[in-house]
Parts: sequence; structure tokens; C-alpha cells
Amino acid sequence: MVIGESKPLAEILEKVKDLKRIVVAGCKGCVTVCCVGGEKEVAILASELRIARKAAGSELEVKEYTCERQCDPEYIEALDDLVANADAVVSIACSVGPQYIVARYPNLKVFPGVNTTSIGGAVEHGVWKEFCQACGNCIIDDFGGLCPITRCAKQLLNGPCGGSSQGLCEVGKGSIPCIWQLIYDRLQNLGELHKLTEVHLSKDWSTSRDGGLRTSIREELKQ
Amino acid sequence: MTAEYAAGSKLEKIFKSGQKAVTGECGPPRGADAEHFRHKANYLKNVVDAVNVTDNQTAVVRFCSMAASKILLEMGIEPVMQMVTRDMNRIGLQSNVLGAAALGIKNLLCLTGDHQSFGDHPQAKNVHDMDSVMLLHTVKTMRDEGKLVSGTELQGRPRMFLGAAANPFADPQEFRVVRMGKKIAAGAQFIQTQCIYNMERFRKFMEAANDMGLTEKTFIMAGITPLKSVGMANYMKKFVPGLDVPDHYITRLKGVPKDKVAAEGIKIAVEQIHECLALKGVSGIHLMAIEWEDHVPEIVEAAGLLPRPKVEAD
Repeated sequence: MVIGESKPLAEILEKVKDLKRIVVAGCKGCVTVCCVGGEKEVAILASELRIARKAAGSELEVKEYTCERQCDPEYIEALDDLVANADAVVSIACSVGPQYIVARYPNLKVFPGVNTTSIGGAVEHGVWKEFCQACGNCIIDDFGGLCPITRCAKQLLNGPCGGSSQGLCEVGKGSIPCIWQLIYDRLQNLGELHKLTEVHLSKDWSTSRDGGLRTSIREELKQ
Repeated sequence: MTAEYAAGSKLEKIFKSGQKAVTGECGPPRGADAEHFRHKANYLKNVVDAVNVTDNQTAVVRFCSMAASKILLEMGIEPVMQMVTRDMNRIGLQSNVLGAAALGIKNLLCLTGDHQSFGDHPQAKNVHDMDSVMLLHTVKTMRDEGKLVSGTELQGRPRMFLGAAANPFADPQEFRVVRMGKKIAAGAQFIQTQCIYNMERFRKFMEAANDMGLTEKTFIMAGITPLKSVGMANYMKKFVPGLDVPDHYITRLKGVPKDKVAAEGIKIAVEQIHECLALKGVSGIHLMAIEWEDHVPEIVEAAGLLPRPKVEAD
């Protein structure tokens, strides 16, 4: 799923400081699961904004709504009535959501309330990690099912580098496991260490963001 | 003669003549002060066979390795131009290889480079379109087949003697020599190792390299960095990943009067040079006297490695 982190309240307050009426829009998708943009977080952010503005002597009217998903135009429609009299929307979906809102309301200001950080998952309660960079051509089977493009700081396909020490990456002050140690261990378990003697040549990055905006088309589903 | 040498550099010729080679290192400054660079490099002239020029080492901005290499050529010093894949994509890297060859640079050390989080621009975007192994293969293909990564034919091939780094002290320990083998398979003709302090581990690394037949395919240079002070030794031990400085060296440095520590450090370096050269498969010494270039002549002399062979590059 898409992982995000809440923007600091002060940053959001600064962005809406001249506004009187806003809508805080959440999403029931990924950001609900990673606890930054669901119904609960919409209510918390709306309250924080109201309290802060009241304390500052400039009240802010905040309406709340959580879309089924913000990455689907049909679920944005539900905001039509709410935004009719609003100065802006603060979307706390991943950064896809605010762009869908922009597409539907060309004259409405839209602010992101979340920093979208990665494609990943939960590793323990309250901790989410990155697992994929969406390179568009998955090759993790060459690496025991682990992704060095995402999980090696240098994106080595011929690792590990000289900065791998006692299972840890030199980047991150001992907080990040060396993915190449994990790849090594995994291939050893599978009896496939010979795979690591193969020289990986330059990857074709044209399927990645580098090739320009990506569009996936499924002709059989198009109407 | 051309046919038997990949590039015909002095370094390549010395290796292929069966003599032990000695390389030094000279880091370009953090500024455009070429005089400072020339001053440091001058200590290395005729004392080592070639001088590595670092490419924004530790991800700190310095003047570029190609310009510094050209300055060395003008001084009559053979450069080993270092090139990291952190800062340029395949377009920039290949372009610089061609430019370097056009300037007469004949030795190229292909590296991935330190992560930018260690340098002076941790906010930078890194590139890593390629890694060191891919760069080796790329330049080898440019040189031997006259083709770019894209398959485009080159008009004029870059004659480069290709080198790579190896760290025998990082983990997983048993994989380090295998990874060096990958670099050799990809095109590395010589290897310069990380600074060696743990001789036992280096000995095992060399035994494995010999067993795998790697020392017959490449020239391995043992990396030596003299310990200037107790503080430096402690820093290396504690903060440089994969570098273990055994306590007995630190005890030795601590055991001499303060004004004799540098001399003791040099004595240790000379001993290490002899130990390394005695190992089967070690073809030379890469002396990285970091900001201590003025002591290199003394170290090379004390190690009995002077005078250097008189060899002309093509």
C-alpha cells in the first residue's frame, strides 16, 4: 500500500491562514490502514485546526468527509456539496487524492495534509517500511525475492558494497539492515548462492518514472 | 606493442612486466585552488607509478577528477582517474570516459561511491543508474567492442586500463572475494583494496583469491593507510564501517612519546607493506596517505621500493 505521514499541524495552519471555510477530506484506502488519513485522522485534524484558529482569534469553519477512495473520480463527487461554499480542501489522502480533487474542481484551492513517503507495509504495530519503488519491471526473483532497488541505499544490483557490516547498512546509523546481507542469507537458505556470481548489467529504467509519466491501459476493461 | 596492452599506461606496463607497482592518492581540494593540488601531487612524483585522483570522495564536493587528472598529466605524473556512479547517469559517465580518454588519461578506477548522506550535500538526489560492476562492463565494452551501452558504435575507442576497489573486511565475509571476482569478470584488470589493518583477514582473502584463480586474471594492490595519530587509529576503528584496526597497533602508537607517534605510524605502514608484498598474488601497494602526501617519499623509500621503474606510457 501507499504509506504516508501527517504533515506538521503548523505547516497546514500556515497554508490555510487566510481562509475561513475549509473541508478536510480523508480516504478509506491505504492512508486509513497506515493511520494518517482515515475517518479518525480527519476528525482529529479538523478539531486541531478549529482549536488552533480559535485560540488565535480567527475562527475556521472545518467540514469533515472521508471518501471511499480519493483515487477514483466517482468517489470525489461526494465532495460536491461540501466544497460548494469552501475556500479550500485539505486532503489527507496520499498525493493522488488532492490531484483528483483538483481535477474535479478547477477553481478550488487544494492542499496536501500528508507527505506520501513510500509503497510499503507494516512491519510491526506503528511502524511502516518501504518495499517498492515502482520501477515498472520487477526483478526481485533474481535476488531471493527481495528488492535491492528499493532497499539498498545505492540501488546496487551487484552488491553488497563495502559498507555492509554485521548485517547493517552504513547509511542510517545502524538502523537499516543491509538488504544484500538478507539477500545473501536468503539465497543461501534456498541453495542458490551461485545466483550472486552473475553480473547484472545496466537496468532498463524506461519503465520507471525516468521514462516519463506512466499510464497502464487494460483494453478489455476500457469502456 | 599496442596489441598486448589494453591502454598502454605506465601502471599496466609495470604490472605486465612482473614488477610490483606502487600507486598513491591525491584528493582534489574543496575549491578551485589548483596550486594546492599541484603542491600535494608534487610529493608523489617519481615516488609512485601512478596517482589516484578521487572523485568527490566521501560525497564531498571537490574539483572534478578529470580536471585533476589532466593537471597530473601536465606535471608528468600518471593519473588513475576515479569515477563514481553516484552522481551521473550512463549518459554522463560514458561521455566522461570518452573525454578522459581524449585527454590522454589511461587508468580508470570504477566505483559506486560513498552515499551522499556522508557528505556535505545530504539533501542531494543520487543517481545510481549504474553500479561499479556495470560501469566496469560498460567501459570494457566501449574499449574492446567500440560500443556504448545502447549498442551505438563509437568512432574512436577509449583505451583505458580498468581498475576496481575491493573491501576484504566488510560483510558477508565469505562473499567479499566472490564480489571481487564479479568485478574482474566485468572488466577489472587491477584491484585496489580498502586500507588493510587486519592482516589475518587479508591473508585469508588473498588465499581465497588465489584458490579461485583471480590473482591470475587481475593485479591486486594492497591498500595501506599510515596511521598518523592515536586519534586517527581510534576513529578508523570506531567509525569506518568494515575497518577493524587491531588493538596492538593502537597500543604501539600509545607506547611512544607524542613526538614519535608519526614515526611509529610510518614504521607500522612499512611493516604492513612488507607483509602484504610477501603474500602470494599481491602485485603492488596502493598507498593512501590521506593529507599526508609529504610523507609518501619517506614511506616508499623505507619500504625499499625506490627507485621506481622507468617506464613510458604509450
